[in-house]
Amino acid sequence: MVKMLKNPRWAVLGAVALVLAAVGPASPKVEGDTIIFGAAVSLTGKYSTNGKNTQDGYELGVKRINEMGGVRVGGKYYRIKVLYYDDESTPARGAQLAERLINQDGVKFMLGPYSSGVTKAIAPVTEKYKIPHVEGNGAARELFTQGYKYLFAVLSTSDYYLRDAVNLAAEVAKQQGRDPKSLKIAMAFENDPFSLDVRDGVVEDAKRWGMQIVIDDKLPTEINDMAATLTKVKALKPDILVVSGHARGATLAVRQVSDMKIEVPMLAVTHCDAARVAETLSKAAEYTLCAAQWDRSLNYKDKWFGTAEEYAKRFEKEFNYAPPYQAAESTAALLVYIDAFERAGSFDIEKVREAIAKTDVMTFYGPVKFDATGKNTAKPMVLYQIQNGDYKVVAPTKVAEGKLIHPIPPWSKR
Amino acid sequence: MVDNLLLLFNAPILSAQLLVDGILIGAIFALAAYGMALVWGVMDIINIAQGEFVMLGGYVTFFLAAAGVHPLYTVPVAAAALYLLGWALYRTVVFRVVDKDMFISILATFGISIFLQQLANQLFQADVRTAESGLGSFFLADGLIVVSQIKVVSFICALILGATLFLFLKRSRLGQAIRATAQNARAARIMGVNTDRVFSTTFALNAAICGAAGSLVVMTWLVHPYLGLAYTLRAFMIVTVAGLGNMASVLLASLGLGAVENFAGFLLGTEYQAAFVFSLLVAILVWRNALLSRQRKYLK
Repeated sequence: MVKMLKNPRWAVLGAVALVLAAVGPASPKVEGDTIIFGAAVSLTGKYSTNGKNTQDGYELGVKRINEMGGVRVGGKYYRIKVLYYDDESTPARGAQLAERLINQDGVKFMLGPYSSGVTKAIAPVTEKYKIPHVEGNGAARELFTQGYKYLFAVLSTSDYYLRDAVNLAAEVAKQQGRDPKSLKIAMAFENDPFSLDVRDGVVEDAKRWGMQIVIDDKLPTEINDMAATLTKVKALKPDILVVSGHARGATLAVRQVSDMKIEVPMLAVTHCDAARVAETLSKAAEYTLCAAQWDRSLNYKDKWFGTAEEYAKRFEKEFNYAPPYQAAESTAALLVYIDAFERAGSFDIEKVREAIAKTDVMTFYGPVKFDATGKNTAKPMVLYQIQNGDYKVVAPTKVAEGKLIHPIPPWSKR
Repeated sequence: MVDNLLLLFNAPILSAQLLVDGILIGAIFALAAYGMALVWGVMDIINIAQGEFVMLGGYVTFFLAAAGVHPLYTVPVAAAALYLLGWALYRTVVFRVVDKDMFISILATFGISIFLQQLANQLFQADVRTAESGLGSFFLADGLIVVSQIKVVSFICALILGATLFLFLKRSRLGQAIRATAQNARAARIMGVNTDRVFSTTFALNAAICGAAGSLVVMTWLVHPYLGLAYTLRAFMIVTVAGLGNMASVLLASLGLGAVENFAGFLLGTEYQAAFVFSLLVAILVWRNALLSRQRKYLK
């Protein structure tokens, strides 16, 4: 105990605990003029890279808001701060930490963790305690079919990842005078909740266009080789090959399509920016379509960061790497709170929740507007094509900077 | 499944493609399995950290390649680096569990496996990495069969390493000592064999072979900190099927496993690829047990 008292950190914690005990758990976590958010992020374990992106995204938001003088709530300016714990990339730990943030640390405003899996574990906890939970990194569709009232996501749900690829293929077919019904799709999706969501989206849109699904393989989570699937692709000659299996799936697909010289007019994958396929696989990655939530070249703009490009520059200056979309959507989640506080003019949890639900704001990350289930339906996904080693946005066509090259030239001409 | 079977009948050339790919994939498994058979046979230790050695070998190649070295030249470097690591692990941890119950050694190597995984995650991050060998592909039968050259290199490496290992064990002084220790460690000690040295060399040698395998894995596919389990499991399965004594049967079992796995992936869909292979393992074990119990009857 003496040792504990000597350590100033314990003293601070003790003081906080006393204040909390005095104020009671129902009052919001605002210490002096600082609003405290809580977040479990994956700093170790298999999501540690993206977990760090998430944290960096939050931190950049915090820094920028404080730099600008803070948040104005009820005529007074407040600074913001985020309290982090490491969830070790495990959902069960994430849920425990959420309990701890809410019960012990008295946090009343939660920011999301990284990954759908961990978000799925934390959402019931925030729901139980009626604590708003705005997240930017849990894209599973399932999160928004449970009737959660306190969960909000700024990103597009995972079933939207590759829908645009299917639609793009149909559009191109129509332009070339072909009936989209004649298109054949080959699909290879990892057997995990995220990729299966992506698959659902692709299947829905393919059915809508009347396309024919010729291959529907589910890759095991420890995929090491795609030769079996690609041999089928070679035999059945589909018009589109869509693959989703996180960074591993993206790398394997691109590398082995090139190694086995598979001819396919359109190859669309997820996570190829995270896997850095253009950088590591250079020529093999050319013409691949990649789905992403956000890109710095998009012409979105807000009052906090300016344009997407300005956000990216600020991020690079702070953390010495280009912001992946995982960081951008985390910052956007924080901005949703800032906007909601200002409109609510209060820290009353229910009022803040109301304000979040009514969000209709433009950010550097794109428009944010939640539907009744709490997901952001205003922001479209982005589709890149790798051209000369660069990621060029080719869809949605409104904001596209590049033009789709279709079909992919045969290997003999590359 | 039926349409996949029909597809194979309509285009028999696909079977050739699947077979070639499968065998070449199997060659990589063979490398991990050689080492496992060696350690299991000589030290009576089932090394759960086998896959982590493969993973670390991959990182050696990745980092050297990133520094500008041609990845093909890094295969021996990866082997050497892992040799040292294997030796160090033996000196710090494994020597304590050599003569103990197998359960203890499984726990110890399981611990090493988790430690190496997390260490790699901490040091190298969870990103997926690859190294470009710059090799192309062979086209056979008018381009109907495509074989990537790096897989052929892996196959040749597996053959050469297998043969070297075989000769080393048969001919060299240390190899003889290793075999003697494997037969009966106590008797070997009485005959003047330094079994401690034999054990450390065996364990380090195993790590080195896995390191070479990892180097080939990162050039053929990719590497990330959680890659190991797939290789540990397959090596375990191969050794269980092939037995400990014979490098040739380990190689055959590996190539067979690779081919069967690839066909299963094609016919049943990749989601059942691993399930099929491990069901096969169960079937083989049951069958073997039945054979053994029949023999026991005679012994009564």
